[in-house]
This record gives sequence, C-alpha cells and structure tokens, in this order.
Amino acid sequence: MKWFSLKKREELPTKKAWIIRGAAIVLSILCAGLVILLLGFNPLVTFGEMVKGALGSKIRLTQTMLKAIPLIVTTLGIIIAFKMKFWNIGGEGQIMMGALAASFVALNFPDMPRALLLLCMAIAAVIGGGLWAFIPAFFKAKMGTNETIFTLMLNYLAIKFVTYLQYGPWRDPGSKGFPKVADFSQNAILPNVFGLHVGWIIALVLIAIIYIFMNYTKKGYEISVVGESLDTARYAGMNIKSIIITAMLISGGLCGLTGMIQASAIEKTLTYSLSAGMGFTAIITAWLSRLNALASLFVCVAFAVLLQGGAYIQISMQIPASVADMIQGILLFFVLSSEFFLQYKVNFHFKKAKGVA
Amino acid sequence: MEPVKAIEMKDICKAFGSVKANEDVNLTVYNGEIHALLGENGAGKSTLVNMLSGIYTPDSGFISVYDQEVHFASPKDSIKKGIGMIHQHFKLVDVLSAQENIILGSSKDGAFVKRKKLAQEIKKLSDQYGLDINPNKKVYEMSVGEKESLEIIKVLYRGAKILIMDEPTAVLTPQEIKRLFEIIRNMKKQGCAIIIITHKLNEVMEISDRVTVLRKGKTVGTVNTNEVEVQALIEMMVGKKIDLAITKEEIAEKELLMKVDGLYVVNQDKKHALKDISFSLYSHEILGVAGVAGSGQKELCETIAGLNPAEKGRVFFEGENILGKTPQEIIRLGIRMGFIPEDRLGMGLIGSMDIVDNIILKDYQNAPGMFLKRSRYHEKANRIVNRLDIQTPGIFYPVKKLSGGNIQKVLLGREIDSDPRVLITAYPVRGLDIGASLTIYDLLNEQKRKGVGILFIGEDLDVLIDLCDRVMVFCGGEVMGIVDPKKVTKEEIGLLMAGGRMGEGVRHEVV
Repeated sequence: MKWFSLKKREELPTKKAWIIRGAAIVLSILCAGLVILLLGFNPLVTFGEMVKGALGSKIRLTQTMLKAIPLIVTTLGIIIAFKMKFWNIGGEGQIMMGALAASFVALNFPDMPRALLLLCMAIAAVIGGGLWAFIPAFFKAKMGTNETIFTLMLNYLAIKFVTYLQYGPWRDPGSKGFPKVADFSQNAILPNVFGLHVGWIIALVLIAIIYIFMNYTKKGYEISVVGESLDTARYAGMNIKSIIITAMLISGGLCGLTGMIQASAIEKTLTYSLSAGMGFTAIITAWLSRLNALASLFVCVAFAVLLQGGAYIQISMQIPASVADMIQGILLFFVLSSEFFLQYKVNFHFKKAKGVA
Repeated sequence: MEPVKAIEMKDICKAFGSVKANEDVNLTVYNGEIHALLGENGAGKSTLVNMLSGIYTPDSGFISVYDQEVHFASPKDSIKKGIGMIHQHFKLVDVLSAQENIILGSSKDGAFVKRKKLAQEIKKLSDQYGLDINPNKKVYEMSVGEKESLEIIKVLYRGAKILIMDEPTAVLTPQEIKRLFEIIRNMKKQGCAIIIITHKLNEVMEISDRVTVLRKGKTVGTVNTNEVEVQALIEMMVGKKIDLAITKEEIAEKELLMKVDGLYVVNQDKKHALKDISFSLYSHEILGVAGVAGSGQKELCETIAGLNPAEKGRVFFEGENILGKTPQEIIRLGIRMGFIPEDRLGMGLIGSMDIVDNIILKDYQNAPGMFLKRSRYHEKANRIVNRLDIQTPGIFYPVKKLSGGNIQKVLLGREIDSDPRVLITAYPVRGLDIGASLTIYDLLNEQKRKGVGILFIGEDLDVLIDLCDRVMVFCGGEVMGIVDPKKVTKEEIGLLMAGGRMGEGVRHEVV
C-alpha cells in the first residue's frame, strides 16, 4: 500500500516558493548543528567561528573573495553550456588548459610590458580553454557523441598533461630538485585594485556581459532555443552545429580565463592542482543560480563564505576537514532537495485504505 | 432478467494541483453494454478511466465492480478484477511476436512459457471473438489494425470482462474501424462490458448503447443512444449550441503556386518514406492529405519546408526549385511559406518561452545587428493575440501554460502574420476541442479566400471531405490518387488509404 503520493504542482506563488527555500536553509543549519553536536562541538560556537572566519577581518574577507572570483568566472562558463543543455562537466580540464596556455606565454615572454603580457596571457587562456571545449563540441555537433563522458575524460587528460609538464619538461632547474614550474615574472602577475587582485573587476564585468549576452542577443536566444528543442531550432532555420560550437568556445574560454586568473594572481606559476575541483563546484553554483548570470554573483559569494568558513574552523577549533565538507554537503542536500518540493506536493496517507483486492 | 452492473462509479473526485479533473462524476456500465464516454479534451474522460484501471486513485467517491466495492492501488489490482484497458498508444514490444507480447507481464502461468497451451488459448480467444491474429507474427510487421486486435487479445487473455478503449479508432482506416466494431459487437454478445472513449460523434451513434457525456470534469448526463440526436450530444458536450457545418467556398480563380515533381525521400532506416510524389498546389485552395498515420505525411511537410533532405525530385515554388535549400536559406530568400508542424511545442514553438520570444523565432534572423530587438515585436505579438482572440494573461506568458487551442493559435498566428503564399499544416486540430477546431478551420478558410494555397494534413475523413477542395490520398509513402471530395465517399477514400486501387466511378485526377 502506498503511504504517500506525489502531485505535480501547477504553479507556486513566489512568496511560498521563498518560504520553502528559506525552510530548506534553516533545516540544513539545524541538521548540520546536530551533526556538530554529536561530534562533541558546540554548534553555535562553530557557526559563529565560520562566519567570523569568512567575514571577520579584512584579510579573511579578502581570502573569501579570492575564492569567489574564480568560482564566478567558471560558473558563468558553465551557465552558457547548461543553458544549451550541453552538460559540460569538463570545467576542470578547461581551467587547466587555460592556465597552461597562459603559463606558456608568461614563461616565454617574461619581459614583455605588463599590460600587453597580461592581455596576451588572457587571450591565450581563452583560446586554450575554448579549444579544450571545442573538441567535445565538434564531435557532438558532427557525430552526436555524448558530451558528459567526453568532457569528463578530457579533465583527466588535461590534469595529467600538466602534471607531466610540471615533473618533466617544464620543471624549473632552479628549484633544487623540487618538482615545480618556474615562478612567473612580476609582469605576468595580475595587479591589485583596492587590496584585491583585479580579477574581481573582471568577474563583475563578465557577469554583466554574460547576462546581456544570454538575454538580449540573437546568439543568446539561439543558445536557449537549441537547449529547449533541437527540432524547434531546426524548424527556425538555425545553424545548430555552429551554435553548439560557438557556445562551447565561449563556455570553455571562460573556464580557461579562470585558469589564467588563478595561475597569475594566486599560484604565480602553473601547478597540476590549480583547478582544485572548481570545475565541479561551478556545476553546483550554476544550478543554484538557476542558470542566471546575475544570481551567480550571490550564489558564488555565499559558496565562498562556506568554503572559507569551513577552512577556518579546522584551524581555530581543530575540527577535522571532513566536518566542514559534511556541513557543505548537508547544506547542498537541503537546498537542492527543496527544488523537488517546489515541483511536487507530497501527501501522506496515514489512514490505511481498506478492502484492497 | 435484470442486467448485471459491471461497473459503478459514484461521486468520483480527482484533482491535480488546483485543477479539478473530475468532480462528482457518476458512471454505471452493465454487462453486455457498449458505453461511450464522450467529452471534449480536458473534460476528464481519461482521468476517469485511469482510475478504473488503477493508474490513479480517486480523492473521494467509490468504485464498485460487480457490486463489490474496490480500491485499486495499482493496475494489477484492476486486472485481477477483470478490467482491461486498451490505450490509445499501443503498449506493445515491436521486436517480439504476438504471443510473446500476450504473455508479457502476465503471471498466470508461472515462470516458464508453455507455447503449445498458449497457442491453443490464443486460438480459442480469437475464434470466440472473431479476432484474426497470427501468434508468431512480429509486432513491427503488423498493420495498425492487427496491433489493435493484438491489444484486445492481450487483455482478454488476462481474463478481462470489462474493456476500456481509449480512442481506438484514431489511427484506423474506415475499413479497419468497421472490423473493430464487429469485434466489439461480438464481445458484447459474449456478455462483456465495453467502455469506449471517443470524440467522434458518428461512431458514438453507430456503436454505443448508451452515452455518458462529461464536461469540465462533471457528468452532464447519461442517455440512451437511440433516443438522442447528434445535435443534442454536441450541446451536452460543449454546453451551447454549435453549428458543426464547416463552410467551403469554391473560388474559380486559381494560379499555380507550388509544384512537387517526382519527390523521393529516404528515412533513417534507408527505406523510402516518400516514393515518386507529384502534385500541384494552387492559390485559393485547400489541398487535403489523407492517409493512415505514418504514411509519409510528416516527411512530405518537412521536406518541402527544407528540414529533411530529399533523395531526388523537385519542388518549384514561384518558379524556383527550393528543394535542397535549408530553412535558413528559404527564410532569407523571402519565400513566403508558413509551416504548422504536427508537434507544436516540440517543433513549432518553445514551450517555456513567452509569446514574444515565440513570435520572433522565424523573424529574428532577418533583423540587422547582433541584438534581439524584442520591443519591436510587442506590437506584433499584441496584434496576433487580438486578431486570433488568444486567451492569455499577456504577451509575456509562457506558451506551454496556455490551453491547446490557444497554443495552436499562437503558432498559426505567427505563420499567418508573415503573409504566406503557401501554408503547410500538419494535423492542425489534433487535440483541440470542437470550438477551437472550428476556429482553426475558419482561419484556414480566411487564408484561402486571401489566395493562399493550403496543404492540409488531416486525420478525420469527414473534416477532409467537408473542408478541402481536393484530397490527396497517401499510402505507404505513395500518392494513391487525388480525388474530388464531392464525387467520392468516405469508404472510397478509405480504400485508397489501405492501398486499394481506384474503383469504378472514382475519378483519378492526374495533376
């Protein structure tokens, strides 16, 4: 006997939708608190420390923003692909290839004037990431290959290739046997503006550009139509192959740009751990932003607070790193499952029906 | 002798979200009765029978089968009680044979297949009800009529005494419908209770003993078929008097608009979907296309519209061969051709987008610059909404939330607004209620008066005969003939649809 039934909701008033979302966040905090309590810590203190660790001082705030910037740029890239229902889970690889291309420029032309060098690095990174996304896009457009597996596997190719370079041909002879690529010259490092590297301006500008691109240009419209229905796109006379490839060049290009920002401003060199799972985190933030570029700003900053706060409590309270991961997981679980309750209404039947044949 | 009550449904309510699909619906069906369930789309017919077959559970009310109250938790419970449902879209496995399909999901014989016993039982059932079926034939080799028979045997094999048929005639030729009706009458003689869902009134009059009419989720009433007139049934369905007559105006002045010459199209399985199709389309006319579903109608439309590559042949439009041109090129060349595809939301429109975004779908490429100038299209969207009287909260309302008729009006409105010379319409009234269908016919007639040549792919032969100036009959991707609907009967068209040759008295018009 079924003891509950699901009903698809017709339409939900906006107010009620926000109540459900709010409830999800409250519940996730309660649930995370319970877990912390079971582990023998005081949840209130722990949450307080998290907030303090992420926003408590100028340095910590800067750290949080440093995490938010690459996440925003990557999320924008993922949004474009997902809007087209092209499941690009190859953000990691595209970030690595972008970083690789930027590093190639930075290491070979260390004495170029700063502005020019940075511009060349950015262009190289966009091309590098774009090409890495072009490969699965091309095969999808021409032969209908599955982009999910294709982009995922390209991640490992890119990461392993950079690892090879780091341990092999690009290894810095001056690093006393330590397997690392040579540091960039000063000219290849992004300057600071108001105490934060210039990436924050790039991220804000990109948010505006992508928002306008997706909502007000022909290309953005075409990408949305292709995502909704290939038959409709065909019917309207759109060149589907070219749309898929263009969109993926942009998507991969943005991920590549993230690679350049991280290599230049954070690592100041190329390392195989540079992408740090950002290509995957961006999938979550893209969904939480409901594929809206403006929303991605708030979602990514909130996510960065969570990451930074989680890292801080490890140090300040000696809480194991996995606890921070659990808190993140719990929050995501609740927020994402609230989407289900936005779509469906659950009815429970506690009264047992009688007389079933 | 008092007839046995096979099914009684009383005060049934079922809501989906805020939509009340069924409200206090009552239905009683006796053994040995053919009971028609009549109503417009969305009247709640399918919801009602789905509760009978255990797919949905009612929110309130009670169901009894043979005077015993039941609560179905799943279709299994319903089958156990002897209720068999034959869905509009066949639930058969193509690569399996008839008998394999019959035992599929039936658990009455244990884990092993006893082929001999099964074959005997199938034979017995077919003889008993006059069904003709070869148990070893694979489903993909069967005609639609055979599939229908197989579906019936499948539920009979499971012991069904109460049969529910959801629009069984929608895909059949008139001849196949006749045979189906014979089978149904046979079952009636054997004491089965049969519920038929349909919105074809002439079939209701022909086959049923009683009719229950639903409107907007409520029972309007149950009447004896031999005591009621068609007009009265329509009034019960629609709630007001409607003149069903479709007008047809003959316009003498005609000029050639489009000429299709020796068109061959190959489908994905490398088989010919269209073979040597030739016809002409003139201004001021509606050229109907009749044929069993899947006879090449879809390929014809899509090939002319440039969506589908052709193997060979030519399509002249205003003197220019447009075959091989992409839709993009056709749009850019300014060839004024409108196309209403069969799959409205999957091909003609984007369901989640609003009316404005759907209106610009075909125009945006011709506008200069890289930005979409949506505000320019607000006026056009408003004009279409007003002109076709589209019921919508506004032009920024997602299309998929509109009713079927209004969705079709958005699509038709957009295509008409570009002043086409030729309009290709594939099943433009499919799924629409009577009122909305009549509006669509009126709109098409209005275009015809303006001089547009209309290719009308239809499924209801009565409509094709009443609306079209000429009817082209398809069978298996070939044109069997182009006939003058004034000079042929429905049966003659049906014969052509089944691949028969022209009989005496049918004028084969070669164009």
